[in-house]
Amino acid sequence: MLIRRASLLALLFFASSLHAELQIEINQGLDNPTPIAVVPFGWQGLGAAPEDVAQIIDSDLVRSGQFAPVSRRDMLSYPTRETDMYFRDWRAISAEYVLIGQVTLGTQIRIDFQLFDTTRQMAIDSGTVTGPVTELRMLSHRVSDAVYERLTGISGAFATRLLYVSVTRNPDAKDFYRLTLADSDGQRPIVLLEGRDPILSPSWSPDGQEVAYVSFETSRPAIYRQNLRTGAREQLTNFQGLNNSPAWSPDGNTMALVLSKDGNPDIYLLNLTSRALTRLTRHFSIDTEPTWMPDGKSLLFTSDRGGRPQIYRYDLRTKKIERITFEGTFNARARVAQDGRNVALVHQRDGRYHIAVLDLVTDRLTVLTETSLDESPSIAPNGSIVLYATKRGQDSILAAVAVDGGVRFSLPAREGSVQEPAWSPYETP
Amino acid sequence: MTKSTLYAKWISLVFAAFFLAACSGNDTKEAAAAAAAAEEQAAQEAAAEEAEQQAQVKAQQGREAAAADVGTVFYFEFDSSSLTDDARAQVDAHIQALLGNNDSVRLEGHTDERGTREYNLALGERRANAVRDYMVANGLPSYRIETISYGEENPVAYGSGESNWQQNRRVELK
Repeated sequence: MLIRRASLLALLFFASSLHAELQIEINQGLDNPTPIAVVPFGWQGLGAAPEDVAQIIDSDLVRSGQFAPVSRRDMLSYPTRETDMYFRDWRAISAEYVLIGQVTLGTQIRIDFQLFDTTRQMAIDSGTVTGPVTELRMLSHRVSDAVYERLTGISGAFATRLLYVSVTRNPDAKDFYRLTLADSDGQRPIVLLEGRDPILSPSWSPDGQEVAYVSFETSRPAIYRQNLRTGAREQLTNFQGLNNSPAWSPDGNTMALVLSKDGNPDIYLLNLTSRALTRLTRHFSIDTEPTWMPDGKSLLFTSDRGGRPQIYRYDLRTKKIERITFEGTFNARARVAQDGRNVALVHQRDGRYHIAVLDLVTDRLTVLTETSLDESPSIAPNGSIVLYATKRGQDSILAAVAVDGGVRFSLPAREGSVQEPAWSPYETP
Repeated sequence: MTKSTLYAKWISLVFAAFFLAACSGNDTKEAAAAAAAAEEQAAQEAAAEEAEQQAQVKAQQGREAAAADVGTVFYFEFDSSSLTDDARAQVDAHIQALLGNNDSVRLEGHTDERGTREYNLALGERRANAVRDYMVANGLPSYRIETISYGEENPVAYGSGESNWQQNRRVELK
């Protein structure tokens, strides 16, 4: 794949980004992105439209790195219905695809959209999404998902959310930590927890309705779960020593976690119904960072039982442990894509810590990043992008890279550090 | 010897002196002299005990000052939880001070920012445990020591590079 190296960062500030803590900078897109015109959507309702739906979709598609936007100034007309579509208007400005639509406000809000191929001069997709008016941004992302899937063959992951930890440094006192939930474009941030004690390891329940994390608020680390709808919060562990790395099983019934109550860090399973605790690993080395394979039949974890940290797989049926990383002296904190094939991890090379992807079928390890303090990889639910944290100056920022390396963007905070991103699964209501 | 036993001893000596005086009957001068001698001896012993105690308190104060002098932050080499010679000397000073009092301590393990956060939590715990184990091996009861790891959270120095990292690879005694 040909890659265009942007010599200067293309800074794109989005219309309503004042509400966001994160900014988005596209660092690298595909060599010849597909030109698509997202025409301002029609509005049927009282007053002005609450959001510029076309702008949201346009930004999503641009952020994917696979599409080139067509500026509204260059558009010769703003059709909102098929009857107003004149293909020559769009071929004249080299738009390969055109997306039009209307937003209608009733008891709920509805978006009707239609996607056209200007070469074949025909509609190639259309659809309707409906939901509460407060969810208009998320509904817009669902249109992005539909368009993205129609044009790339890959499910979109725009209508998803991110968890991350922001830290405001304070040299004279303790740092200030916030656990934040935001849309996948960084908009609509909601603070779930804040305070002067560290917050670590945010992770999602498989249905996207709950989150788990580690908080030091009792002056010791403990694992908590929090329901995003009800706000209900529960402390799950309070053992002597480490309590960290909560990882929900794919069926949502079990949580893998790390405890050192028996002397050194080992992997345990907590049955979330019976609260029974099962010890999985029993080794004097460090065993940590458990993560589930999507089929729920085995877990990957980091262990230095071989002398240096490497990734191992624990088979829940046979109880056998096998090492799966062999390249280099440091491979840690694996996260597995939904297809069960690509494993994103932190890989050390020449003293620098990069994000790499291990293909479990070919056993090939590919380093994706060039920065040197990369950590906390999290794979988008469509498996196409790895979100991670890296350093820029003294601050930590979020960054993303396509699994095939072709697209890169950064999400620095307006101020302070952002770290430990966790990309949500597709939500199942 | 405690103050109360010293006092009892003094009283008994005085009684003994009176008893002697009573026995010797008319030789009251001699008896009085004996009583005075006993009294003086008791007073001297009391003073000696007092001085010894003061010396002990002073010595403990000295040990605690020495512990304070070496500081409460022990630094580690990269990716290591072994106490350096410097750290061991520091911890030795604290052990000496802690053996003379009943204080409980909290050991907070920290790492630099390199590597992954959860793995660093484990490394920080290893460092805190290394200090704890050394203290226990040198006579401090383990129930007086609490260990906790913050991993790479709460760094002392925010920047990157060895000059910052070496300040963050530490165990803090609190």
